[in-house]
Amino acid sequence: MTAYSITEPSKASKWVAGLLVAFYTIVTLLPLVWIISTGFKSGPDSISYPPKLVFDPTVEGYVNLFTSRTRISQDAPPPPAETWYDEITRDQGMVITGPSRFGERFMNSVIIGFGSTALSIILGTLAAYAFSRFKVPLKDDLLFFILSTRMMPPIAVAIPIYLMYRELGLSDTHLGMILLYTGVNISLAVWLLKGFIDEIPREYEEAALIDGYTRFQAFRKVVLPQAATGIASTAIFCLIFAWNEYAFAVLLTSGNAQTAPPFIPTIIGTGGQDWPAVAAGATLFLLPVMVFTILLRKHLLRGITFGAVRK
Amino acid sequence: MAQIIIRNLRKEFGSFTAVQGSSFTIEDGEFFMLLGPSGCGKTTTLRMIAGLELPTSGEILIDGEDVSQRPASQRDIAMVFQMFALYPHMNVRKNISYPLVSQGVPKTEVRDRVAEVARILRIEHLLESPVGGLSGGDRQRVALGRAIVRRPKAFMMDEPLGALDAEFREIMSEELRGLHDRMRATTVYVTHDQLEAMQMGDKIVVMNHGVVEQFGTPQQIYDHPATLFVADFIGSPSMNFLRFDGAVKRGASSVSLSGLDVETPEILDETAPTKLVLGVRPEHVILSDAAPYRGRVLATEYLGTSQIITIEAAHGTLKARAPSGQIAHTGETVGLTFTAPKLALFNAETGRAFRTAANQGVHHG
Repeated sequence: MTAYSITEPSKASKWVAGLLVAFYTIVTLLPLVWIISTGFKSGPDSISYPPKLVFDPTVEGYVNLFTSRTRISQDAPPPPAETWYDEITRDQGMVITGPSRFGERFMNSVIIGFGSTALSIILGTLAAYAFSRFKVPLKDDLLFFILSTRMMPPIAVAIPIYLMYRELGLSDTHLGMILLYTGVNISLAVWLLKGFIDEIPREYEEAALIDGYTRFQAFRKVVLPQAATGIASTAIFCLIFAWNEYAFAVLLTSGNAQTAPPFIPTIIGTGGQDWPAVAAGATLFLLPVMVFTILLRKHLLRGITFGAVRK
Repeated sequence: MAQIIIRNLRKEFGSFTAVQGSSFTIEDGEFFMLLGPSGCGKTTTLRMIAGLELPTSGEILIDGEDVSQRPASQRDIAMVFQMFALYPHMNVRKNISYPLVSQGVPKTEVRDRVAEVARILRIEHLLESPVGGLSGGDRQRVALGRAIVRRPKAFMMDEPLGALDAEFREIMSEELRGLHDRMRATTVYVTHDQLEAMQMGDKIVVMNHGVVEQFGTPQQIYDHPATLFVADFIGSPSMNFLRFDGAVKRGASSVSLSGLDVETPEILDETAPTKLVLGVRPEHVILSDAAPYRGRVLATEYLGTSQIITIEAAHGTLKARAPSGQIAHTGETVGLTFTAPKLALFNAETGRAFRTAANQGVHHG
């Protein structure tokens, strides 16, 4: 053992540490604040220079995000506005022609993101349990092989996957995207979860086995509840990847299964540069992962430090 | 409750043989100790009886039924683990009732049986608490409760006191033994602590390197060790070994240590001249000034009611347990006599004890 001492840090170093943390917080949060505030600005406000810190909030961006619009023509004035969002559109000299595709794209992201997360967790937990508890032939080689799928950037195999998916009819399908993201996430899930399950003493399952439960019951009723922390933090990592993934989404989806990330930039192109609508889309897109992470944050924090110290 | 018979039990892990050909019988209602140093195969043996490991070969009969290849869940035994293995996500009541739930026992009966067990173990006030905050002793009681509530054929205990601190071990070992005396349940108990085994066990199996060295009551094992290993492992301080060369004659009742005759129980074996070991427990080494066998006092340790005197003699270093009042000065030369009926004679080549009039009927491994 090496000798070390824990002393109270000096006042000056506390100040420096505080300032650094504050600076880091501002740097991290600034883009977030910018995106959220832009979502509530009017078109002109969003591009004014210098940027307006105080502005009249409006939900124009959100209305535009969810609708398709066309300019009001001088020849045929439209009927009077019926709803509040009609009115907001009229004020911009536009008229709503129908819903945009954002809602659909957002739902695609939800289905594909959460679907692949669930699949990665189910497969990952079962595989991790097997690797942790049973004599698997060539265990170390298999584990390394699973890890090696993460060693190159996934996009490096984009072309083969594009061709394979076209042949298999998986291009632009929800199933295709779920399988793809699961494939990328599974190595992470297996390795993370194996670490967590290794930490759960075998005695718990053995006690359950002796108490008259089958191996699977012991797994479900004793191991799973104790692996909850690990499962939660692994799920967050998987979801973040699947949710944010852009490159494959651009390449493999277009009409049917397109997710939000490739869709949001296309908003810019329709009807001038509509920054508030883009910002509104980005804000809504951020929400699910933020909510999910905040809900599971206790687990996440415990998960990151789990096993760092031997009890 | 049940009798457990172990026949030629063997377990190999790859090229490593953890248990080689053990055989012994655990009678119905016995408190049975599996004793040995770590890595001797005692835990593996217990786990094979419990069904957590399947034997490579051999038989395990519980109540006359061969269960050696059956999974744990079908053997109707209960186990208490060293780390207790209480389910951390359940409270005390749920932990205790969990084995009953798997058997589909009706809810009202589960309630009654948990209440009964809680009363026996005096943990009624803890039933609704989470297991996380319990003290070591209370965890141990809950683990026992989970085992008792099943009314299994037998209990397996894997060093159940190992995780407790010294003071508490004493209390819990008494409690355990008391509980066993009330319930009379067949119990197989693994420990590396010879004192614990002697205190609590009806019978003891001493294992070393996967081999059963001796099987018998605590008295038999202490008084008549079957092998040098057992003689050395049991007792504190352990048996003194006087090493010498000589022959053993059937019917003789003495051996010759470098020309000096030492009286022993009547010897029933015979061997040509070889390396021999005379085993003497420290309490059977008696300091007497007139005795012809001499030694020099190296050190004394005062223990209150007695003292341990370390003596250097021609055939090895001896420890004698003497009354604390006896005066022995370091460096002094003293005479030694040995209590003849209590001596053991070993063949140093094989490590086995010779049969004598004293140790007849003692089981070798």
